[in-house]
Amino acid sequence: MALLEVQNLSISFGGLRAVDNFNIQIEKGQLYGLIGPNGAGKTTVFNLLTGVYKPTEGIITLDGENITGKKTIDINKAGIARTFQNIRLFKELSVLDNVKVGLHNNYHYGTISGILRLPSYSKTEKIMDEKAMELLKVFDLDKEASTLAANLPYGKQRKLEIARALATNPKLLLLDEPAAGMNPNETLELMETIHFVRDHFNMTILLIEHDMKLVSGICEELTVLNFGKVLTHGKTSDVLNDPQVITAYLGE
Amino acid sequence: MKMKELNKTTKSNLITYALVIITYIIVQIILESGHMSSLMEGLLVPLCTYVILAVSLNLTVGILGELSLGHAGFMCVGAFSSAFFSKCTAELLPSGLRFFLAILIGAAVAALFGMLVGIPVLRLKGDYLAIVTLAFGEIIKNLVNVLYIGIDENGMHFSTKDSISLGLQPGGKTIINGAQGISGTPNDSTFTIGIILVLITLFIVLNLVHSRDGRAIMAIRDNRIAAESVGINITKYKLMAFTISAALAGVAGVLYAHNLSTLTALPKNFGYNMSITILVFVVLGGIGNIRGSVIAAVVLTLLPELLRELNDYRMLIYAIVLIAMMLFNSSPKAIAFREKYSLKKLFAKKSAKEGK
Ligand SMILES: Nc1ncnc2c1ncn2[C@@H]1O[C@H](COP(=O)(O)OP(=O)(O)O)[C@@H](O)[C@H]1O
Ligand SMILES: [Mg+2]
Repeated sequence: MALLEVQNLSISFGGLRAVDNFNIQIEKGQLYGLIGPNGAGKTTVFNLLTGVYKPTEGIITLDGENITGKKTIDINKAGIARTFQNIRLFKELSVLDNVKVGLHNNYHYGTISGILRLPSYSKTEKIMDEKAMELLKVFDLDKEASTLAANLPYGKQRKLEIARALATNPKLLLLDEPAAGMNPNETLELMETIHFVRDHFNMTILLIEHDMKLVSGICEELTVLNFGKVLTHGKTSDVLNDPQVITAYLGE
Repeated sequence: MKMKELNKTTKSNLITYALVIITYIIVQIILESGHMSSLMEGLLVPLCTYVILAVSLNLTVGILGELSLGHAGFMCVGAFSSAFFSKCTAELLPSGLRFFLAILIGAAVAALFGMLVGIPVLRLKGDYLAIVTLAFGEIIKNLVNVLYIGIDENGMHFSTKDSISLGLQPGGKTIINGAQGISGTPNDSTFTIGIILVLITLFIVLNLVHSRDGRAIMAIRDNRIAAESVGINITKYKLMAFTISAALAGVAGVLYAHNLSTLTALPKNFGYNMSITILVFVVLGGIGNIRGSVIAAVVLTLLPELLRELNDYRMLIYAIVLIAMMLFNSSPKAIAFREKYSLKKLFAKKSAKEGK
């Protein structure tokens, strides 16, 4: 059984069918790419998968559980975490605290314990610190743990978003244009990190990329979206050589 | 790196507590030596009240990031509920226990009203809290002014008309007398208790901020959509912050009420003006900066009194201090502003250009 299975997913904004009859199947451990020209509806698919928008039609199944129409926080608890195309960090919190917010639902102590600094506070905070630092190391952010997120350079902000998403311990990680705004060197490094995350955490990753060259180096399978509709899907090399796809990208 | 950061917040908190305790000791010494004017002495408990109000409002405005324009309303319900309790039990309980219970009651009633306002409003996505709290503050103040409650052997009597319509038996007594409020509340508030309550307030707010729940609250402030995406329950944490903020304002109300022989709800003490005054403390002390709220509340309360002799120049100096505080406070916005317009940087730019 696939980890993520989406059937006939659609949403309309007024008259615009931003996503129309979208289908996808992602197996556990896959690194899957969702590509398509600007405005094709890729981010909207992510917003549907994470409950930011409620679909007009369709069914979303995660690991056998129907999560269609659920609230964002419940979908995160069910196992989907994401990053955003326009970076959304907790800017006035430290890098470490950004990740610790991601750990929020995995480590508990009560409000009173926190205020009175009871033993459960110190114990849990210590574990959270260690866990967060571990994640920061993966993204080479451990030296900036106490920096305010807002003061990180752009490339590192994107990495911090991934670390924060991973902190929620998801089954499926959604990355929305993780390399946007990065220079070629940073991009290369990021692609390696994404590979590492997949192998190290045995993670399933669905990533949106606008740039086809990037995608070819990293994704095993692709789905191409154009004007809200699935144009084609399959093995990366096959898809990228598909004349239909080339036309869609170059424009008619 | 991490240890250093931990130490930094702990150190910063300790400085805040130390500041309060040192001030307390200095004031005690001046009091003992008889050098304090009666005017200043009368200001000591109100100062504690304002500090608690400012710190608690900063929890809503600076930490949660929601605007509240009715903080005095929560102070008002805390004041009246606790004064009511103290007057009813004046002869029944020893004063220490009675005041302790009064504080709990004031906090609990204010927290309840905080929830009543917060539950419908904080679920909404827009900035509706400001307008609703503004209305709440005014409604509470006006409601208290037409409220009559009396007690006799048949129990409690309520009216919104006048004290005669309470129909009390001979021997019964009116506790809340409409616009005349509550008189004869036991004067349990002292400067020492005020300082203890200030310290407790700081302890609660500072420890909350640096805990799991505090992080969730600030995450919501910084980016609601991202907070939701990592599974933070927005309504729960907004409500938690707002309710604690209201409860602490209620405690300030208890302190205020038990410092007066007659408690009335005037626009001056529980109205819109008061809410705005507290907001000014928070903004000038630095939004989100707890220690700044303490300092701003003290300085801006004392200043008009200290400048009383200067008459005409009073408002001028007050305005200058306001501007100075705005320039030197440490909210991120103020820091950004300073960085942008600092002389150093302006000169640096100039010389850099010239060097080219
Ligand atoms: N909330 C919304 N309301 C109206 N239109 C929207 C909304 N979100 C997305 N759209 C529209 O849906 C289309 C797809 O957008 P998007 O998913 O962001 O594209 P992309 O593939 O570049 O990520 C665009 O035409 C966009 O304007
Ligand atoms: Mg997009």
